[in-house]
Amino acid sequence: MTLGSREPMVKAEKVHKRFGRVEVLQGIDLQVEVGQVFCLIGPSGSGKSTFLRCINHLEKVNAGRLWVDGELVGYRQSGDKLYELRDREVCQKRQEIGMVFQHFNLFPNMTALGNVMEAPVRVKKESKAAVRERALALLDRVGLGDKCDNYPAQLSGGQQQRVAIARALAMQPKLMLFDEPTSALDPELVGEVLDVMRGLAEEGMTMIVVTHEMGFAREAGDALVFMDGGVVVEAGHPREVITNPQHDRTKSFLSKVL
Amino acid sequence: MADGDPVFAGSTAGGTNPEVIEAIPVRHRGRWVAAAIILVLIAQLIHWLVTDSALEWDVVWHYLFSDQILTGVVNTIKLTIIAMIIGVALGVVLAVMRLSKNPIVSGVSWVYIWFFRGTPVLVQLIFWYNLPTVLRSISLGVPFGPSWFAHDPKDLITTLVAVCLGLGLNEAAYMAEIARAGILSVSEGQVEAASALGMTRLQSMRRIVLPQAMRVIIPPTGNETISMLKTTSLAVFVSYNELLGAATNIYSRTYQTIPLLITASIWYLFLTSILTVGQYYLERYYARGAQRELPPTPMQKLRWRLGRKEWS
Repeated sequence: MTLGSREPMVKAEKVHKRFGRVEVLQGIDLQVEVGQVFCLIGPSGSGKSTFLRCINHLEKVNAGRLWVDGELVGYRQSGDKLYELRDREVCQKRQEIGMVFQHFNLFPNMTALGNVMEAPVRVKKESKAAVRERALALLDRVGLGDKCDNYPAQLSGGQQQRVAIARALAMQPKLMLFDEPTSALDPELVGEVLDVMRGLAEEGMTMIVVTHEMGFAREAGDALVFMDGGVVVEAGHPREVITNPQHDRTKSFLSKVL
Repeated sequence: MADGDPVFAGSTAGGTNPEVIEAIPVRHRGRWVAAAIILVLIAQLIHWLVTDSALEWDVVWHYLFSDQILTGVVNTIKLTIIAMIIGVALGVVLAVMRLSKNPIVSGVSWVYIWFFRGTPVLVQLIFWYNLPTVLRSISLGVPFGPSWFAHDPKDLITTLVAVCLGLGLNEAAYMAEIARAGILSVSEGQVEAASALGMTRLQSMRRIVLPQAMRVIIPPTGNETISMLKTTSLAVFVSYNELLGAATNIYSRTYQTIPLLITASIWYLFLTSILTVGQYYLERYYARGAQRELPPTPMQKLRWRLGRKEWS
């Protein structure tokens, strides 16, 4: 999948993040290539979600550098000085990065269709008719063509998460972030969400997925990183890391989740 | 389910349904005693209301739809609406300011709420009414510089304006706290989802947070409106002709104090009843999306109940 000449979609260099006195990320180095499905695994509290949230600047990085598509996240560099980006510029950059949350976070005051149409219409100021057509196609694609007029409360968890994926895709992002997209779902409903994600991966979408679904990581993942205690413990191809982990910490984690 | 399933076999087969239970319900003797006592008390009250000539019911009916009282009713409604519009609009702005990250903006909001909640509304009302006596002129222009437009404060702050300012600005302080509670009730994840989609803070406030906060804001706002309807009677102190003012004007001439207070009360009760119904439907509107199914309206409930009676 990697195209040697192209810049990586995401590049992290010694990324540190502190919450008060707790250092959640203690120097993360990694690189996500265009078109890759990049899986982040690790125990809770290992900083994988925090790292994901740094990528679209929902969290501010305290030290180190983080680039998305060759551009620094949250700052502008001029000479050797860093300038914080204005709110408007941060919003601009977020438009190109889709995010799917563990608890869906659909807007309960809008229908499924309303959720999908909201950002393209309000943020990108696209014409309603065009967005509507695209939104209907997206909902159809995630298998919810008949649920357009339902409010989130009238949908199952799996359906809500699929609407959330359609909502993120409606902005036509170049990168998708998934923050434990199936952790809040009944085991029965996990499959339908993973199917949608697999379809996306096949189309070549660059995806960073924080997950506990080892099956998904093994089959759909192009790269996998095991994080613990705010550092990358082990990285490699998912099949190799999962079947043949090198570090003791990775071994003990995998023995519990597999 | 398979036919052989023991749990469902009976109900699907039909004839073997168990007998419907028809037990003798528990008798609540206490309820009957309480009901009897209360009925007697109510009968006494009605008897006194109807027979006591001092209440002068004919006077009550006579004035109920008189021009003076009706003008007062209209003015009371006008005051309530204007004061609540000022209160809600300014209150939401103050709430958003209070939650701002800018310390100056949130500080201004804090001081406003502190001041207007900390002094009695009656004092504020009389203050606004008397303000023209200490202001020489009201002008708009460059601070300490030339002005483009100047006015005699007596023309600008009429009694109506003074009352609306007094009630509205005071209400804004209370509404600010109600709106703030509503905004805080919306989960952090909603704002995060909005910002992840590239929405600005203002966009997510207007499109995502406030509509959801409404569900929390509406019930106490209904309360405030009902309370405001009655608080407008304070305008009597600056001799504004609202409902109580109209009643006062009449009884100060005729000395029929109690009958006219009853007249006013009937109107107040009527108006608050309308507001209560309005509040119910407004709550129902903003509950959509939060509940799978909206609760039935009283009319729907009544229709179903009547319908059910017809079947049995």
